[in-house]
Amino acid sequence: MSKLSFEKSVAGASAFSLPRCDIPPEAVTVEIPQNFLREEDPLLPELSEVEVVRHFTELSGRAYGVDNGFYPLGSCTMKYNPKINEWAARLPGFANIHPLQPQDTVQGALQLMYELEEMLCEITGMDSFSLQPAAGAHGEMTGAMIIKAYHNSRQDYKRKKMIVPDSSHGTNPATANMLGFEIVQVKSDERGLVDLADLRSLVNDEIAGLMLTNPNTLGLFEEDIQQIAEIIHAAGGLLYYDGANANAIMGITRPGDMGFDICHLNLHKTFGTPHGGGGPGSGPVGVKSFLADFLPVPVIEKQGSKYILNYNRPLSIGKVHSFYGNFGVAVKAYTYIKALGKTGLKEACENAVLNANYLRTKLTDHYDIPYNRLCKHEFVASARKQKKESGVTALDVAKSLIDRGYHPPTIYFPLIVEEALMIEPTETETKERLDEFVEAMLAIDREARQSPDKIKAAPQQAVIRRVDEARAARRPVLKWSPEK
Amino acid sequence: MNYVPNPPWVVQQMLESMGLASVEDLFRDIPEELKLKRELNLAAPLAELELRRELSALAAKNLNVDTYPCFLGAGAYDHYIPAVVEQMLLRSEFYTAYTPYQPEISQGILQAIFEYQTMICNLTGMDVANASVYDGGSALAEACSLACDVTRRKKILVPETVNPRYSEVVRTYALGEKMEVIPVSCQEGVVDAGAIAALIDDQTAAVVIQHPNFYGNLEVELEKIGQAIHAHKSLLVMAVDPISLGILKPPAAWGADIVVGEGQSLGNSLSFGGPYLGFFATTQKLMRKIPGRLVGETVDLDGKRAFVLTLQAREQHIRRERASSNICSNEALCALAATIYLTVVGKQGIKAVAKRCHQLACYAKQQFVKAGFKLKYNQPFFKEFAVAVNDPQAANAALLQAGIIGGYELNDALLFAFTEKRTCAEIDRLVAALGGMERE
Repeated sequence: MSKLSFEKSVAGASAFSLPRCDIPPEAVTVEIPQNFLREEDPLLPELSEVEVVRHFTELSGRAYGVDNGFYPLGSCTMKYNPKINEWAARLPGFANIHPLQPQDTVQGALQLMYELEEMLCEITGMDSFSLQPAAGAHGEMTGAMIIKAYHNSRQDYKRKKMIVPDSSHGTNPATANMLGFEIVQVKSDERGLVDLADLRSLVNDEIAGLMLTNPNTLGLFEEDIQQIAEIIHAAGGLLYYDGANANAIMGITRPGDMGFDICHLNLHKTFGTPHGGGGPGSGPVGVKSFLADFLPVPVIEKQGSKYILNYNRPLSIGKVHSFYGNFGVAVKAYTYIKALGKTGLKEACENAVLNANYLRTKLTDHYDIPYNRLCKHEFVASARKQKKESGVTALDVAKSLIDRGYHPPTIYFPLIVEEALMIEPTETETKERLDEFVEAMLAIDREARQSPDKIKAAPQQAVIRRVDEARAARRPVLKWSPEK
Repeated sequence: MNYVPNPPWVVQQMLESMGLASVEDLFRDIPEELKLKRELNLAAPLAELELRRELSALAAKNLNVDTYPCFLGAGAYDHYIPAVVEQMLLRSEFYTAYTPYQPEISQGILQAIFEYQTMICNLTGMDVANASVYDGGSALAEACSLACDVTRRKKILVPETVNPRYSEVVRTYALGEKMEVIPVSCQEGVVDAGAIAALIDDQTAAVVIQHPNFYGNLEVELEKIGQAIHAHKSLLVMAVDPISLGILKPPAAWGADIVVGEGQSLGNSLSFGGPYLGFFATTQKLMRKIPGRLVGETVDLDGKRAFVLTLQAREQHIRRERASSNICSNEALCALAATIYLTVVGKQGIKAVAKRCHQLACYAKQQFVKAGFKLKYNQPFFKEFAVAVNDPQAANAALLQAGIIGGYELNDALLFAFTEKRTCAEIDRLVAALGGMERE
């Protein structure tokens, strides 16, 4: 068991000192009224520097990242995070600049953002981009705000409904709800694609738009996308592209060419910036020109050879972030796109799709794959066969993979597949790694039949065994308290 | 550079194993007319050495705060970041990991978040803190949205002394028509309890108080304001500077129901505005409505202590359109930076940093007054205050000429921030440079 930093604390220990105070003694004052001052010091750990370092080193040893091994977490695009990107974002000229410095003193930063926006326009076929949203869901929200602002600008106030597929990410309906839209769910058909007949029956003049991922969360390309766009546009709605799966189409086809009006990208998925254990991400939003006026302020403009921040945009939805979004993440994505260039992005995409199909083919005889045909960057297998035969579930498969040195796939999503195992290998895995993973999956399938109890008892090799989640939720302990 | 590991002959082997002739066959499900039949209009790929040159050149076009002393604050602060923070953040088990959905291989990250939640609770005095949201502005918007949700009311009073960028984000979130933002005008750089009492009614979900406020001032009528708010069963939402909590009374002691703020000051670089982290804390009562991720303590099958993401029924991946927020990715690594920072400075360090910032600000005030300047407001402050000048833009330009990154430009004043990184010598230079310019 790893102790908490609070439990290691030794009164009086310290890892920090301030420079000598150069205020003349007679000038040292505290001019805060007594009743505004703290009575008791805040309870924080007291540790020496070496103990702080050992503490966090120990914690890092109880974590698992892409650098530790294969991470086929579907829908999350856990590709390798190039080290040069980390170096770039830490350059003093990027890391140590204040967001409110005079614009003349941050021309390099503005140029980088401007050029990144232009590159994202080219990659997606959109006309304008904003880097302000700090994550994918934040980008979705910005997009949904733009949809609302667009209809409002046309005095078209009856458009209160947003369509999302039944296979969509949870963020789509959650986002639309935050903007006050009523959620309408469109069914998937037997191909795993948007059911066109159902979609036609749902559209009317109350539809604000459709939020769609393409390829969808089953990893399948929505082949009818042009018809879908026609249906939505004919009804007066807008088409929103959730860019979570853009790694599957980069350099091959573009949301802007498919008929989408707005899109977001996840720089932390498609463009190789690290996920950071849950963030920071970055979710830039792109629009077609007729929606450009609604983008968040400020927008970056180029005037001659100078870059400026323009706040004077009367139709803008406003700000969604205190400053300009996650600039440090943008630096990493910019470096990544520059590294791969015009040929490399397409190669990355091709290899992501190749790796996914290779795994799918190899697993076909051993796991059910409900929509088993050419996939894009990911596919969804199912443990329903194992569950029926031996009681081994998707969760058990996941935990057994942990024992075999892997991060498990996404499980129980999308909701339309039972016992779902959503597998996304990404382009940065070798054939050898994929073959080893297949071996592990086949071994689990064998063991499920021979000794299911062993699988159900997994993991045994991790630092802990399965946890009591019900207890955590029933009697929440969300912070450490000193023993009385 | 390319990070695809399989050489062409291996790719060919893989294609053949699937009965495919070429990579193009992998994309035959995409209608031909949708395909981009040209190369992307981007530059040719760059080698790592070329990347270093290009990125170094771009970065060199920016003036950074290591070169010139920085007196800019207004929501982002040039505090010192101990070397341990940077070093530990480079442990790639942390930064290349995903959200800790699989507790057995994520105990390190889960425990760090649990420690972070504890630290935020201890600084603010609140019962519960989440694992972070995007930044200070979005944290405040989420707080207002939560207040509307739990009170089933729509009005949010936002005084002028709240960071205008935060207020703007709140107004943008209000596009969803679930809340109505009502501005409160302020005199003398603080919120007047009378103004709140006049505007608040039984439709008011919450009143936002930033303390110290945007102008650096302490909200001197906070106690009376809190009473007025709670008399109407509205919520007190406070936005605070985490460094200030080293010496200032915790928001819980003022009766805050929700406490948010910008956590950048805690070990995160300025980075031109992001990535930062919004911290978010509230009471036990609102725990099950809090947005974002929460880590809880539990046990594993052997009864060993373990940490796990909990109360997930609030979240979008479980509850979809009924979730309390749409947030998914947060700012985990920035929260880790804050956790490491707070572990390094510890109980004594946070107090020492806060005190030093305040003492330097007091010294600066004395020097400004001696030089004949007037402060825009006559209020107690923490580490920021506004100095009246005739032409803020020209004054800032002159400061830049003198090798100083000046203050935030208000209509008739410059708002200066003083972190523990500043020295008396730098402050003397600032006052002298501004004095020289104003006398011209």
